[in-house]
Amino acid sequence: MEKESRITTYNSVTCPACSLLCDDLNVMSDAAGGSIKMLENGCSRSIKFFEHTLNSIEPRLEGQKTNLDNAISHATKLIKASNHTLISGLAVDVHGMRSILSLADKIGASLDHMNSSAMLRNTLVVQNSGWQVCTLTEVRNRVDLLLVIGTDIVSIYPRFFEKVVWIDEIMFDQDISNREIVYIGGKDLNTDSGMSKNGKKPTVISCENTDLPEVTNAIRALVQGKSVSSEKVGGIAVSDLKQLAERLIASKYSVITWATSTFDFPHAELTVQNITETINFLNRKTRCSGLPLAGNEGDVTANQVSTWISGYPIRNSFIHGYPEYSPYQFNTPELLSNGEADILIWVNTLNPDRLPPSCDIPTIVFGHPDMKFNKEPDLFIPVGVPGIDHTGTMFRCDNVVSLQLKKIRESKLPTLQSVVSSIESSL
Amino acid sequence: MLIKLTGGRLYDPAHNIDGKVQDIFIKNGRIVGQPSDGAVVDKQYDIRGKVVMAGAIDMHTHIGGGKVNIARLMLPEDHRSDIVAHNELCRAGCGHAAPSTLTTGYRYAEMGYTSCFEPALLPVNARQSHLEMGDTPIIDKGGYAMLGNDDFFLRMLAAKKDQDAINDYVAWTLHSTQTMGIKVVNPGGISAFKFNQRALDLDELNSYYQVSPRDVLVSLSRAVYELGIPHPLHVHGNNLGVPGNMETTLKTISAAEGYPMHLTHIQFHSYGTEGDRKFSSGAAEIANAINKNKNISADVGQILFGQTVTCSGDNMRQHANAGLGSPHKSVIMDIECDAGCGVVPFKYKDKNFVNALQWAIGLEIFLLVDDPWRIFLTTDHPNGAPFTSYPHLIKLLMDKTFRNEMFAKLNLDAQALSTLNSIEREYTLYEIAIMTRAGAAKLVGLHDRGHLGIGAAADITVYTDNPDRELMFSKPDYVFKDGELVVQNGKVVKVTWGNTHTVKPEFDLNGIEKDLRTYFDKYHTMKLDQFKINQDEISANGRGNVVVHPCEGRREKTI
Ligand code: SF4
Ligand SMILES: [Zn+2]
Repeated sequence: MEKESRITTYNSVTCPACSLLCDDLNVMSDAAGGSIKMLENGCSRSIKFFEHTLNSIEPRLEGQKTNLDNAISHATKLIKASNHTLISGLAVDVHGMRSILSLADKIGASLDHMNSSAMLRNTLVVQNSGWQVCTLTEVRNRVDLLLVIGTDIVSIYPRFFEKVVWIDEIMFDQDISNREIVYIGGKDLNTDSGMSKNGKKPTVISCENTDLPEVTNAIRALVQGKSVSSEKVGGIAVSDLKQLAERLIASKYSVITWATSTFDFPHAELTVQNITETINFLNRKTRCSGLPLAGNEGDVTANQVSTWISGYPIRNSFIHGYPEYSPYQFNTPELLSNGEADILIWVNTLNPDRLPPSCDIPTIVFGHPDMKFNKEPDLFIPVGVPGIDHTGTMFRCDNVVSLQLKKIRESKLPTLQSVVSSIESSL
Repeated sequence: MLIKLTGGRLYDPAHNIDGKVQDIFIKNGRIVGQPSDGAVVDKQYDIRGKVVMAGAIDMHTHIGGGKVNIARLMLPEDHRSDIVAHNELCRAGCGHAAPSTLTTGYRYAEMGYTSCFEPALLPVNARQSHLEMGDTPIIDKGGYAMLGNDDFFLRMLAAKKDQDAINDYVAWTLHSTQTMGIKVVNPGGISAFKFNQRALDLDELNSYYQVSPRDVLVSLSRAVYELGIPHPLHVHGNNLGVPGNMETTLKTISAAEGYPMHLTHIQFHSYGTEGDRKFSSGAAEIANAINKNKNISADVGQILFGQTVTCSGDNMRQHANAGLGSPHKSVIMDIECDAGCGVVPFKYKDKNFVNALQWAIGLEIFLLVDDPWRIFLTTDHPNGAPFTSYPHLIKLLMDKTFRNEMFAKLNLDAQALSTLNSIEREYTLYEIAIMTRAGAAKLVGLHDRGHLGIGAAADITVYTDNPDRELMFSKPDYVFKDGELVVQNGKVVKVTWGNTHTVKPEFDLNGIEKDLRTYFDKYHTMKLDQFKINQDEISANGRGNVVVHPCEGRREKTI
């Protein structure tokens, strides 16, 4: 049969490639070839996400092509034989995560996310002291001073400044071009995006991210009106930090943002807490909100759904028939190295670059069709990509707004939900 | 299938039935009349001597949405002591003050509740609320959409837009959020907090929009009335928890200008400033005002002692109270120029003067309001206490001896400031059935629930009469949901998925939506079409079947 190209244009497409979830993309999709082309409002990350070519659509058992029924019955067999299944990765949308939780409850699995080390640095702070934060539309309309700690934002959310900071019009009286941007720490920052439309440059205060525990501690002290005895902290002159503290105090609605993925040092939660306690103190007199930047592989979504269904955020487990939460015990490297888990199910529908950890136990992957393995898993079931092959729902980085994803490609890929549900019902 | 419940004692206030022995027939999920002779009864339940009521309705309970999930996330210590393993039928879960969604549905059903209304559904977070409610089994659900602190509305008020335009926006919000009513929380105050105002009294102006809480209340209560929405404007007033706030509450009642208005968790808004500690009970004055103003209804928001968590849209007041939290932590949020939220765990103690008096104030209000059709049994779950404490609360209302025993354990200074132990009233089963069934159904606008008349949905709870009302109401013999037996002897025997109740008033869609579309593109971080919840999103997977109720205003009589 001749392949006819049937080109459709989709407007207002939501992009799940980062947790900013821009919903203004225009793309073109060729139903016959399965190829997608970005037309408008893409960024490097979203272009990569949408414009990939569809490779494997058939499941592979020990490297050999097999059909979906076979694959499902093999997965069922492996799960039945297992005492402790670890379901990790979890780059999913809401419906996928719902089905995973249902299966996990039934088989007594443990759950972990590929980004949970970073995510937990925030979770632990919320569970210890809480925080004061806001959402993107508040930042967009209110921020007068944006303090960015340890990141440039754009390497995580490429369109952040375009969508949230340097916009044309806001709800309230404020001269947008007067917005102040201050970066502290971070490596190889792209601070160009911090420049306002009329060329006002951001303030850049450099230090190593490993100095951030000390630096944030000093900022916290200075905001609280305490003195800092040394002249330099993390190589930064204390007078510069003092000036920053004064700007925060004088500001009407400042926003402090950080990305825990860049806080790769021990006890990073204490650094987060320095930031959140700074925000709390500022709110005694003026207004200030935190904007914790989440990771990009559905971590916010997986965590939300896990929390409402099981009662606990990630990392948790149903191994004893009821939900248990432990950031330390149910961690993937730990469960793999101490021999507790006897099979690994790696779930990743969003980012083909994130591969399962290598391990000696049987490994099943429910994955993005473009995943290329260093070591072929025992079973690979390619599944549809939410927002491309099927509709879906995802949570944005601010944990409040959730958006609908569109289906923009016809493919034979099953949804994660249908695969997981079939396995659950054949157990 | 024809089911017969034989010989039960019915409490059905919608039909003035107070303890009459009568059979009930159920067919296709509905209560039907006595079938003609010869009709075969497929299943009969002998419930002679048992108490029969419609399924209970919680008209104000925080069961789904962002702030509840924040509470879950921040309180693993709450869950560890209250875990539920899965069984053949029910999935696992956990949580005492902030239980997981499935556990919430099972527990409500096991107490004989068949419908629950989430009262603080932020329009911008509506999808999450519906997703969570979609994972809450057995019970019916519905939400009240929060307005009155959103920039679009305050802008309209500031620009003195006419009432028709406001009505269109209110109607549009109900459609877009798939909800059953409109709620306002700290009118104008959540927004004011974002401009660094720390308090807002009824006639104080929001510094940016130059509109007062009174302006907000007048405009929204009128909109709700004119659109014919059965549920009156649901009001969480200004100054929650502030000593002396009874004055604000009394002024708020006058701001209703005769329009129907529901004052929620009124206990938290009934404080005076008498006594050495400048904190006293305003229950008598508030109850008196409710008795006099027939357009006003209220739910109590009773506090009960123990650990819980407060989840509120009122970030201004939650920020002010965060220091009192226990364990000491709080999440305070500004949300999308639309709303806010604040989550603060609380431990209420009977030896603490303020807590003891709050406990007494709530009960005083219950007992001093004459008309059980206008006062509702809530703990503002989980703010005053988890919903699982309802049977205990019912016992406090029905059993004066028990109540006075509890009173005698309170902080002595609080006892000295309360008249509670001089109040003789004991609620009757009939009155409990009004508060938790017939009255609640009427208030929310569920005309085919909350009663046992022919044609009603067969949501039915059967209890064994027991002088210990706490025991009686904790463990119904049978609960039927839409005609299916879902609970037996206080345990789930079948898992079903309830309905989602909504209203969809008529309005001029095109006019308002054109303005909103431009507005969203200019100021928001998502598009208008993403903001709107599609009916199919809720009813997908066979859950949450959407029921649309007519907008014909408040009805005096149910069928
Ligand atoms: S910024 Fe993020 S959400 Fe927006 S288009 Fe780029 S990858 Fe997608
Ligand atoms: Zn409430």
